[in-house]
Amino acid sequence: MTNPSPIHFSLRQISDALRSKKISSVELTQMYLERIAALNPALNAYVTLNAETSLAQARHADVMLAQKNSHPLTGIPFAQKDIFCAKGWRTTCGSKMLENFIAPYDAHVIQQFNDAGAVNLGKTNMDEFAMGSSNETSYFGAVKNPWNHNVVPGGSSGGSAAAVAARLCAAATGTDTGGSIRQPAALCGISGIKPTYGVVSRYGMIAFASSLDQAGPMARSAEDLALMLNTMAGFDERDSTSLSRPTEDYLRDINNVQGGKSLSGLRIGLPKEFFAAGLNEDVAQAVMAAVAEYQKLGATVVDISLPNSKLSIPVYYVLAPAEASSNLSRFDGVRYGHRAKEYSDLTDMYQKSRAQGFGAEVKRRIMIGTYVLSHGYYDAYYVQAQKIRRMIAQDFTEAFKHCDVIMGPSAPGTAFNIGEKSDDPVSMYLQDIYTIAVNLAGLPGMSIPAGFGKNNLPVGLQIIGNYFTEAQMLNVAHRYQQITDWHTRLPQNIEVQNIQSRHIGALT
Amino acid sequence: MSWEIVIGLEIHTQLSTQSKIFSGASTAFGAEPNTQACAVDLALPGVLPVLNRGAVERAIKFGLAVGAHIAPRSVFARKNYFYPDLPKGYQISQFDQPVVGQGALTIQVEPLSSNEKSYEKVVRITRAHLEEDAGKSLHEDFHGLTGIDLNRAGTPLLEIVSEPDMRSAAEAVAYARAMHTLVRWIDICDGNMQEGSFRCDANVSVRRAGDEKLGTRREIKNLNSFKFLQQAIEYEAQWQIDTLESGGKIQQATVLFDSDKVETRAMRSKEDAHDYRYFPDPDLLPLAISDEWIADIQATLPELPQAKRLRYVRDLGLSEYDANTLTASREMADFFEGALNPSRPPLIRGEAHSSPDKKRSGGVAAKLCANWMLGEVSAQLNRDGLDIAQCPIQPEQLSDLLKRIADETISHAAAKEVFKVLWSEGGSADAIIEAKGLKQVSDVGALEKIVDEIIAANPAQVAEYRSGKEKVFGFFVGLAMKASKGKANPSQLNDILKRKLA
Repeated sequence: MTNPSPIHFSLRQISDALRSKKISSVELTQMYLERIAALNPALNAYVTLNAETSLAQARHADVMLAQKNSHPLTGIPFAQKDIFCAKGWRTTCGSKMLENFIAPYDAHVIQQFNDAGAVNLGKTNMDEFAMGSSNETSYFGAVKNPWNHNVVPGGSSGGSAAAVAARLCAAATGTDTGGSIRQPAALCGISGIKPTYGVVSRYGMIAFASSLDQAGPMARSAEDLALMLNTMAGFDERDSTSLSRPTEDYLRDINNVQGGKSLSGLRIGLPKEFFAAGLNEDVAQAVMAAVAEYQKLGATVVDISLPNSKLSIPVYYVLAPAEASSNLSRFDGVRYGHRAKEYSDLTDMYQKSRAQGFGAEVKRRIMIGTYVLSHGYYDAYYVQAQKIRRMIAQDFTEAFKHCDVIMGPSAPGTAFNIGEKSDDPVSMYLQDIYTIAVNLAGLPGMSIPAGFGKNNLPVGLQIIGNYFTEAQMLNVAHRYQQITDWHTRLPQNIEVQNIQSRHIGALT
Repeated sequence: MSWEIVIGLEIHTQLSTQSKIFSGASTAFGAEPNTQACAVDLALPGVLPVLNRGAVERAIKFGLAVGAHIAPRSVFARKNYFYPDLPKGYQISQFDQPVVGQGALTIQVEPLSSNEKSYEKVVRITRAHLEEDAGKSLHEDFHGLTGIDLNRAGTPLLEIVSEPDMRSAAEAVAYARAMHTLVRWIDICDGNMQEGSFRCDANVSVRRAGDEKLGTRREIKNLNSFKFLQQAIEYEAQWQIDTLESGGKIQQATVLFDSDKVETRAMRSKEDAHDYRYFPDPDLLPLAISDEWIADIQATLPELPQAKRLRYVRDLGLSEYDANTLTASREMADFFEGALNPSRPPLIRGEAHSSPDKKRSGGVAAKLCANWMLGEVSAQLNRDGLDIAQCPIQPEQLSDLLKRIADETISHAAAKEVFKVLWSEGGSADAIIEAKGLKQVSDVGALEKIVDEIIAANPAQVAEYRSGKEKVFGFFVGLAMKASKGKANPSQLNDILKRKLA
């Protein structure tokens, strides 16, 4: 290996190193904490660190490893998006409203990682209540893209994407309501998957738009994603939309070397709507180059159409704000969260607390959502949008009769300058034009690095699968990553000198 | 020109589940504030609702009991409004797709004035839907601040909505009472009105007699006793009539009943009514109810009060009044049937009633049993301030006593004495009869001996009787009873006396 530092290891390699005692979880955790201390002030990827807690988890993991009572993720330090409640951890959801909220319980996802003996390195920055595509709506300030500190990392899981790209964690979690895993993964040059709606429990994940929200892993490779999804997925009786299905091994197709050598027979659908006006030329070229690689692996290309996908943004901006306006009503200053210091009566307390606690984008969406649910507008907006949502899902059902996976861009361009779209919400909303339809249909979608566009910024290839085909999609991504090295490319200036931890740099 | 009052009721019944409708927290009443509110009830960030199957079962049971359609698919919706005791900022309820559809309840109306006759009426039920209760705001003892107790938040409610079919306060009260009986009867609600387990909103309007169109209604909120329900409707209807007659107009409004002043007062008008922005709750899947589930619940449904009432009249030969009183509660009816026929378990609806002698189905005579239930048993319960469920005598004990009356082992007077012992000391009727020596003397020889001695000792009275003064007969009965220490079988004694004096 050319670079021996464990920051370049896959999760499997880290796990092997931990089991074979080449490194301890405490050392690994310490190393990441030192990297965070060095790089995070510039990147702002983490909003909350709790080194003592992280190291205590690492010590516990080392005991589990010593007792050979370990899980594939035991001892590995992960970053957790600050949308997941983690007991004893400040959980802000990127909002002033929850600036001082200490979660008294663990989200299902957090619990799964804890049960596996993983280490929580810290909570990552995000757009406020996951509303945004650039991480600029966070109350805790914008996250910088590790590839270029003048551009955004994407959003809403921008902190997680930046942390993975800058190797400030082994991998991270994200959530995706309209593209919040895939678009930042694309803009930061990492891999991320949003599973089929219902595969990962939403319990303890602060709701934005309940019918669209889905958690997923963000990592360096498809293989890492599969390993994480094995831990994150599974039925949870505390989430009524969680699906009760037999346990799956998402690594099974990747591990199936026999079947996986080529992708002959794989039919890739290319929706003509994803390659029309609005797509930047550099992104189009990178995506088509990736498709050409797949053809070399034996895949065939099919032209398909998703005629209603052009309606996905207007439909999403009716449904998601509608649900959000109701989901965010609990932040009223009564039981927890921000309460205005001075108020004259109950109504004044509500108004001031919410006016002070929420940022502009959140307020905008609460107002849109309240409007579309109002008496006299409900049928015209909400009901109509639900109808179109079903038509959009139907488009995919029709398309999957002709192809096995759908490919296209994850975002229309590479990362844009911080502040560039802040005053133009519609242009910001168009960031998710290729990802939103997938959430509306409840389908799984992922983004993997597929080269670089203008200014040498990463481009993401989006892979959309049929319901519950995550294992196949991960394998499709993995085969590409076996013959390309985009996913191993690193931003400049993420080297940290003088790491104190023992062993680091001495590993092979 | 006369006025017609039109009333529809919305009744909130608290379902008797152990845990809340969308969380695992306890529903027990009276705990320290906020000790029965879990993360879900507190609406912490990230929590999600999970529907309590027991609440759905109770809703289905209710629907079947009022002959309603059970929706194979119903939807939970969010009713959005801000209030400190509503933690999520919305209430999970059902809106346009409720679990229970149209049904009906037959009621027995007892008019408020005694010179009118009671009558039967069918009240149509529009729908019934599941929802969660809110918490409580406590305005006292907080020095100008408001306290919030979320113990009640998330308690399961079934809101039962009637059609505007009632035409008087008496009918509204009869309907509310019948509903109160029914929900306790089918064991879906404890019916405790002081604790708020059963409360009514009354929609009241008035119109000129003969008008087709309904008048503008006002809704009286949160009536938690039958008395308040009656008073509030009477006051409200009269207020509306007075307003219209003096040339005013009724504005649609929500009003509160002040039970101290016995008047209704407007709380908010239609103009400042909330826009609740109902929409389907994306955290809950539509509620799917299979035919099998409905059939399983149907099989557990007991014979209902109305069916029982009819059967008591038709098959047992009881009066309407007795049948009504005996079916006022499930406990009363079960006690009655237990005493009537101790070996037979309470009837399940749909079971055939085919007894060759229906009036005397293996146990004691229905009329005798009814008389005792409504006589001695009720009187003793009243005296001791107990309800039938707390009755110190078991139905089997009463049954054994009644059997000894029926087979003339003891007299009615002796039976009352046995009953008192059963009540205060327990035991079996036969043992008490034995111990107290209350067995009637039905031995003809022994009675004849007593009669012979009396006749011999009272020649003057015998002569009087024989000369036609039949009133003297009572004198001989008295003496014979005294001589037998009250144990003489009265009809046998009569026969012997008549024969010997003839």
